[in-house]
Amino acid sequence: MIPELGHFLLIVALAVALIQGVLPLWGAQKGRADWMVLARPMAWLQALLVVAAFACLMASFIRHDFSVLYVASNSNSALPLAYRIAGVWGGHEGSLLLWMLMLNVWSVAVASFSSRLPLPFIARILGVLGLVAAGFLLFMLATSNPFDRLIPAAADGRDLNPLLQDPGMVAHPPMLYMGYVGFSVAYAFAVAALLGGNLDAAWARWTRPWTTAAWIFLTFGIGLGSWWAYNELGWGGWWFWDPVENASFMPWLAGTALIHSLAVTEKRGGFKVWTVLLALLAFSLSLLGTFLVRSGVLSSVHAFATDPRRGLFILAFLVLVIGSSLMLFAWRAPKVGLGQRFGLFSRESMLLVNNMMLAVSCGAVLLGTLYPLFVDAMGMGKISVGPPYFDTVFGLLMAPLVLVMGVGVLVRWKHDEAGPLLRRLVLPAVVVLVVALAVGSLAGKVSVVATGGLMMAFWIVSSIWMDLKPRIWPQGSTLGQVPARARLLPRALVGMMVAHLGVAVFAFGVTMVKTYETERDVKMGANDSTEVAGYGFRMLGVRDVPGPNYAAAQATIEVSRGGKVIATLQPEKRIYRVQQNPMTEAAVDTNLLRDLYVSMGERLPTGEWVVRVQIKPFISWIWWGCLVMMFGGFLAMTDRRYRPRKATQAAAAGAVQQGAA
Amino acid sequence: MSRYLWPLGLFLVLVGFLAVGLGLDPREVPSPLINKPAPAFKAPTLHEAGKVIAKQDLAGKVWILNVWASWCGACRDEHPILVEFAKRSQVPIYGLNYKDQRADGLGWLQKMGNPYVESVFDADGRIGIDYGVYGVPETFIIDGAGVIRYKHIGPITPESLRTKIEPVLRQLHG
Amino acid sequence: MAKPRLMQALMALLLAACALCAAAKDAAPVAANPQLEARMMALATELRCLVCQNQTIADSHADLAVDLRQQIREMLEKGMSEDQIRSYMTDRYGDFVLYKPPFKPATALLWVGPAILLVCALLALFVVLRRRQALGDDAFDPETPDDVDPHAPAR
Repeated sequence: MIPELGHFLLIVALAVALIQGVLPLWGAQKGRADWMVLARPMAWLQALLVVAAFACLMASFIRHDFSVLYVASNSNSALPLAYRIAGVWGGHEGSLLLWMLMLNVWSVAVASFSSRLPLPFIARILGVLGLVAAGFLLFMLATSNPFDRLIPAAADGRDLNPLLQDPGMVAHPPMLYMGYVGFSVAYAFAVAALLGGNLDAAWARWTRPWTTAAWIFLTFGIGLGSWWAYNELGWGGWWFWDPVENASFMPWLAGTALIHSLAVTEKRGGFKVWTVLLALLAFSLSLLGTFLVRSGVLSSVHAFATDPRRGLFILAFLVLVIGSSLMLFAWRAPKVGLGQRFGLFSRESMLLVNNMMLAVSCGAVLLGTLYPLFVDAMGMGKISVGPPYFDTVFGLLMAPLVLVMGVGVLVRWKHDEAGPLLRRLVLPAVVVLVVALAVGSLAGKVSVVATGGLMMAFWIVSSIWMDLKPRIWPQGSTLGQVPARARLLPRALVGMMVAHLGVAVFAFGVTMVKTYETERDVKMGANDSTEVAGYGFRMLGVRDVPGPNYAAAQATIEVSRGGKVIATLQPEKRIYRVQQNPMTEAAVDTNLLRDLYVSMGERLPTGEWVVRVQIKPFISWIWWGCLVMMFGGFLAMTDRRYRPRKATQAAAAGAVQQGAA
Repeated sequence: MSRYLWPLGLFLVLVGFLAVGLGLDPREVPSPLINKPAPAFKAPTLHEAGKVIAKQDLAGKVWILNVWASWCGACRDEHPILVEFAKRSQVPIYGLNYKDQRADGLGWLQKMGNPYVESVFDADGRIGIDYGVYGVPETFIIDGAGVIRYKHIGPITPESLRTKIEPVLRQLHG
Repeated sequence: MAKPRLMQALMALLLAACALCAAAKDAAPVAANPQLEARMMALATELRCLVCQNQTIADSHADLAVDLRQQIREMLEKGMSEDQIRSYMTDRYGDFVLYKPPFKPATALLWVGPAILLVCALLALFVVLRRRQALGDDAFDPETPDDVDPHAPAR
């Protein structure tokens, strides 16, 4: 009964989405207010229906309803409740429903927080979101219905993939999808503006907080995925440049470029064409990612079970959504103005360079990800493009980007002199080099790559300081005046500095761990010990530990430093009963300075176990960097100018006249 | 106007590649050994540990090398087709018993039938590595000069036998 | 009677203690030759496991990966260079097995593409901005009065 209800709710939701998509857009074209006002209520109604459908699927999981095919494939009677709930998005069909849920969350948010937007504009935005929703719902109902029945019902389910039975995995898809889907808002804002012909600074100011919010979620989702892979997969790696990882990274790069581009459009009315294109691109890359994961075109560890019919449908959807928006762009973009004037050396031009480089980096990742497909499609054989390529190419592209990042924040708007500024930067550059070399030699070895990476991190910090100091501690003021001055700083500015600091933290972590990590593989029996980088690891013993749906061999390893025991780690080797695959559960002792990572290999005939011990300096800075970036974004989007004020009502009145097509 | 069409143009080119990609299998690894001499081997046979078989023993005729193992599920599916083919064809089939136990391999052949003139016993899989074997079963067609002419990845089906393997054999004999 | 028993017990205790001390030993490395092992692993992280296909030969638990790691160990012991071992792999499995694509005509675009893209993008940007400098003021929006940049640091 409940699955049928869920199915029915999705069908009704499709009808509502079509109404939400078609009528408001047509109404905006024709100036029919009665159709335009349908947008908000339809968005709310669709959300209600999708939430209810999602609840039906979740209920089926919680109730162990193995007569539903999707539940039987992704759950099991022994699966703990938390993972039964997470199992809803553990497979292809359910994850699509999660996409829909997120799309509706964003649509409802836009419908609620848009009272100041002119009616035709909001009608177009929600209309576009409605059409996208309709496409996804149609895809689900036609090829990937999560409510399909299994007759006769299975006696028990095939269990959720053990890799997904982890807290990090529970949070990763929802956060990631919030990010992916969040860029649909920027996309809808862009299409609405192209249709209405009102691409201006006000449009940028409206679009910016939504884009930043989506970016924050995407950063969180990607960071979570990386952190989860590190803790859960047992090999100590945290990024593999796997096609699906790249599929989430490309919208992030485009989204970062978009945020910066919007800054200029808001301030100077400049870059309008570029901003609109990026807004279309960011969501297009999200959709491309959806295609890559579900079509079987690329081989990936993340790929869902594939079906050529699904691939074809998504490709058609891609052509429709992206193709039509790019056609609209080609038609309307020539009419868009240049905005205000700015000089060849100015913050605007530096931001343009920054965007170019982010776009090129995104393009490089796209090239590397799709190249095996290109080569195969041209009949030139099969190749693989993996971490050695991406690490090199991406790393090299980041260097000029970070250089510009450091210079750009110090350049004045509209027009600046290159000479004096660059002269001011010579000393900091030298200091950064010296500090990088010093840190390198303190850590144990100095290498070109490590010095480069450290220089990047310190360069960012130095430029933040050079921007911050004159504002809070100018010449002639006292240290006591600093807090008062700091409080006066615009929140968006602080947000920018914090976000950039996050990038520096991230870069520092990556450089340190990649250059200075050490590992050792040893055979351990009871009471055996080994020493790595000053830490002593002693195996106390291995015992069998049964879990709710697995059997595990758990080792207890005592870690000591300087003779004192500092941690007890318990790595496991698990066999999940239903799917019978062995899983390595690494044990990690983490602090700000280093991670101690211990994982079990195989059991040897002698009764000893192969144990891999890894010391990873500063690796937690990678994920702290992501969190700092997110906090910076949060500060930026909660700046006063985005919050409702009396003054903006006048602006809204003016914009209504502008916005009516 | 024209430069604003670039994004759309590039996108359509991308879509073209993706559409072609839907028909390809990214997991299939083609062999670089096609039209190259088959790697030499010299190993004991499955049935008689003392008897050694070498690649040069098979020179001068077209032959098929089928990689199989008793632990391989898909081999079970293709085996009856091989047995039937061996009965009606003049082309000799040699087996490469890959990473198996002698007793298991022999028992399996006894139960499922033996289409092979002889089976090479590759206990440690080295011969398999030389032939670029990465999954079982795989099948090679080798001509009279000892050159690999075709590699079939995965189990042989009646259709693939008819449409892929037999045409190559006809071409080599014709 | 009691004394020999006591002696026996003490001896047994002493022996047991020695055995325990002997058992608490330094764990032996899995590999006989750690330097060679490190070289093998460095090479193995560049090679793709053909069975699971989304792991390196270094990380994969598949039988073929284990066999190939052993093969690489033996080849390194025989004195083969890293390049020779890579050729060995590509002779048998094709370029697919390399995670770092070789530089050949088919992959030229892959390797130089990003650099060319960067140079072209920056060049195009420079040209466009230069051209805009030459345009008259009417091509641009008028400067808005709120142009006093609150972000400009006091210099």
